[in-house]
Amino acid sequence: MKILYFAWLKSKIGADEEEVSPPAGVSTVSALIDWLVARGPRFADAFEHREVIHVAINQRYAHPGDPVGPDDEVAFFPPIAGG
Amino acid sequence: MIRVQQGDFDPAAEIDKLLAGRTDIGALVTFTGLVRDIAGDQAISAMTLEHYPGMTERQLQEIERQAHERWPLDASLIIHRVGRMAPGERIVLVAAASAHRKAAFEAAEFLIDWLKTKAPFWKLEESPDGAQNWVDAREADCAAAARWER
Repeated sequence: MKILYFAWLKSKIGADEEEVSPPAGVSTVSALIDWLVARGPRFADAFEHREVIHVAINQRYAHPGDPVGPDDEVAFFPPIAGG
Repeated sequence: MIRVQQGDFDPAAEIDKLLAGRTDIGALVTFTGLVRDIAGDQAISAMTLEHYPGMTERQLQEIERQAHERWPLDASLIIHRVGRMAPGERIVLVAAASAHRKAAFEAAEFLIDWLKTKAPFWKLEESPDGAQNWVDAREADCAAAARWER
C-alpha cells in the first residue's frame, strides 16, 4: 500500500510518501490511521486531530469507514487552501 | 481547459487563446488571484503552493465540468500555479465565457469558490524572519463555497 502525506502532515511525519504493509485486519481508513499512529510519536502527533484530516483513496475523497487494500494509494492531507 | 503549472501565465494571452475564432460569446468574466504581502497582521515574504499531482488535475476538471452543467458556458479556463512565489505574483486565473453576462459572472465565482475548497492545494507562508506557516482552510472560503451546494 502506498501512503502519501501533504502539507503539515508531511512536515510532522518527515516523509512525503512510503510503502507500507499493514496486517490484514487493517481494512478501513480508520484502522489504517490507528495502525500508523501506533508506529511512533511523529505519527501520533501528525494524526492528533484526525477529525480535520482529509483522506483520498486512489485520488478520490474517502471517509474513515471506507475500505483500503494492499493495492491502494492512500493520501492524507489537511483541509485544502488553494486559490 | 484546466492547467497546473510552475511558471507564470499571461492573462491577456490566455484569454485571446480561449476566445480565438469565437463570435458567439457576448460575455467574459475572469478572476486573477495574487500573492499578498500580508496575512492578518503578519508580513509575508513568499508563499509556496503545494498540490497532489493527479488528484488536483482531476478535481479541477470535475469543478469545470460542474460549471458547464450548471450554466450555459461557451468556454472556460482554470490555470493554477504551484511552487514558490513572491508577493504580487499571480497564483490563479479562472475565466468563464457565455452568451450573456449573468452566467459568466456566476460561473466565474463558482469556479474560484469551489476550487478553494475542493481542489487539493496547500499554502506555506514564509515571513521575513524566516518563520514558516501552513495556511489553514478559511471559514469564509467554506461559507462562500457552501452557497453553491445543492
